Amino acid sequence: MTSRMTHYLKGIGEDLRRDWQLYLLALPMIVWFLLFLYKPMEGLQIAFKDFSPFRGIAGSPWVGLENFRTLLEDQIFIRAFINTITISGLGLIFAFPVPIILALMFNELQNEFGRRFSQTIVYLPHFISVVIVAGIVINLLSPTTGVINLILSSLGFEPVYFLTQPEWFRSVFIGSNIWKEAGFESIVYLAAIAGVSPTLYESARVDGASRWQMIWRITLPCILPTIIIMLIIRIGNLVEVGFEYIILLYQPATYSTADVVSTYVYRTGLQGTQYDLATAAGLFNAVIAFALVFTANRISRKVSSTSLW
Amino acid sequence: MAHFNLYSRGDWIFGYANAALIGIFVLSTLYPFIYILAVSVSSGAAVTSGQVILFPKDLTLAAYEFVLSDRLFWIAYGNTFIYTFGGTAVSLAIMIPGAYALSRSRLRGRKFLNLMVAFTLWFNAGMIPFFLNMRDLGLLDSRFGLIIGFACNAFNVILLRNFFEAVPKSFEEAAKMDGASEFQLLWKVFIPLSKPAIITVGLFCIVSRWNSYFWAMVLLRGEEKIPLQLYLKRIIVDLSANDEFASSLMTSRYSFETVTAAIMIASIIPVLLIYPSIQKYFNKGITLGGVKE
Repeated sequence: MTSRMTHYLKGIGEDLRRDWQLYLLALPMIVWFLLFLYKPMEGLQIAFKDFSPFRGIAGSPWVGLENFRTLLEDQIFIRAFINTITISGLGLIFAFPVPIILALMFNELQNEFGRRFSQTIVYLPHFISVVIVAGIVINLLSPTTGVINLILSSLGFEPVYFLTQPEWFRSVFIGSNIWKEAGFESIVYLAAIAGVSPTLYESARVDGASRWQMIWRITLPCILPTIIIMLIIRIGNLVEVGFEYIILLYQPATYSTADVVSTYVYRTGLQGTQYDLATAAGLFNAVIAFALVFTANRISRKVSSTSLW
Repeated sequence: MAHFNLYSRGDWIFGYANAALIGIFVLSTLYPFIYILAVSVSSGAAVTSGQVILFPKDLTLAAYEFVLSDRLFWIAYGNTFIYTFGGTAVSLAIMIPGAYALSRSRLRGRKFLNLMVAFTLWFNAGMIPFFLNMRDLGLLDSRFGLIIGFACNAFNVILLRNFFEAVPKSFEEAAKMDGASEFQLLWKVFIPLSKPAIITVGLFCIVSRWNSYFWAMVLLRGEEKIPLQLYLKRIIVDLSANDEFASSLMTSRYSFETVTAAIMIASIIPVLLIYPSIQKYFNKGITLGGVKE
């Protein structure tokens, strides 16, 4: 046993000596991952402690699941959790299909120039910052000078205060997200469509299939694995909504529909310095997210033999 | 098989309807940009009285003059250049050698290191622990902290690694024959051969650095260090709620709306300038990425 051990260690030593240059090249990146992504995990202890910045992580007393109990009794947190699921769920229904439909439409466009041009345009908003998108939304929806309300008032309607009324928040959020990301997300599906064998279409044509039928019977079934993978990723992200964008658009008047877990974490933790509670909320979310990806992946592997890993 | 009469009449109608729908989507993508541009070059009076919908009214550059004479605008613009190009340089300097080492199959511990990178795709400690860690490292309110704290991400590392793995063995063997060290091999063989992947990752870094505001807002204290997006956020979002300031901006020449529109346009222009090269590379980047594992 010990001789095998020393043999093994010697093997490592030899490898280290042979490949020291490679280890040296990898070193900065490994240190970076440890320092900025793994060392913070130590801070997850805070979720189980009564944390005080003055006593530090080690000096603060353990409280078990006390923080989680507080959270689950906090109406604001419960509301934030429900809002997170609602916004993601509505996004899944309304936003998820859009890039698929767009990709199918681009694929059916015969004019090469028109196709390139329109793709160039619809990819663009992906590269614009959420601050600008929020600025555009605020401008367009302004009750006094915004285009939407100018149109409404010219039709004889009262102006709508889209950004201060909770019932409008989800539509504004999901709608502007479609505007920003649907075009860019269609790239993945276009790549999948490009991989469909042309002989399938040729034989369908010989059989007299219409273009509509070819979409349903050939293109869609062929890109189904890609759709499923994107769906798994999306379901895994069900508890992660674009909070950096929400922070820009929401205000106390719309918290009842707009406040999500991440914005709750930001407010209680970074603005309110209740670090322990906020860390617990974040961990709660992260664990659910992790479980969701695993479950979605397992189900999909059983049902369709498509999976992420 | 002849190719005429390929499509029936139904197919032609389908084609036109499809083109029309894409046309609508393209126009609704473009419209907000055109609107903001029109607002930025219109007079404040025309905008506040609701006369600007598509074309500018009372053409004027007053809003731009106001913005360009704000000292903080230039400070923020300069900071963003530092964060964008400094940050991208640091990112590439750390990720390229790292991804190269991980791509070598004989590296002992490679499996473990790959898992260590990939795991962060699915799980991270979260906002508060990350913030407290930055504080413990003494990186609050520091330009360096903002640059180094976001230098790597698993997606980009995996993308680079996959590309390095695909480089044919023969190149490596030929260079090894000539007695090249790993450093020379990376510098003289792998980097030149992997230009598309490196440019793709570089562009990803540039775009995300240019557009980010959140951690700058959380980590920075002083006004002197803020990036452009945070400056924009403070004016567009924080002030639009504050009508007193908005009305103080109001003159007949410019208004709160035209000024914010001008700032937005000024910050979009650099993105538009590099957009053609992004276009060229991101298609490749996405197809060659194939992030698995």
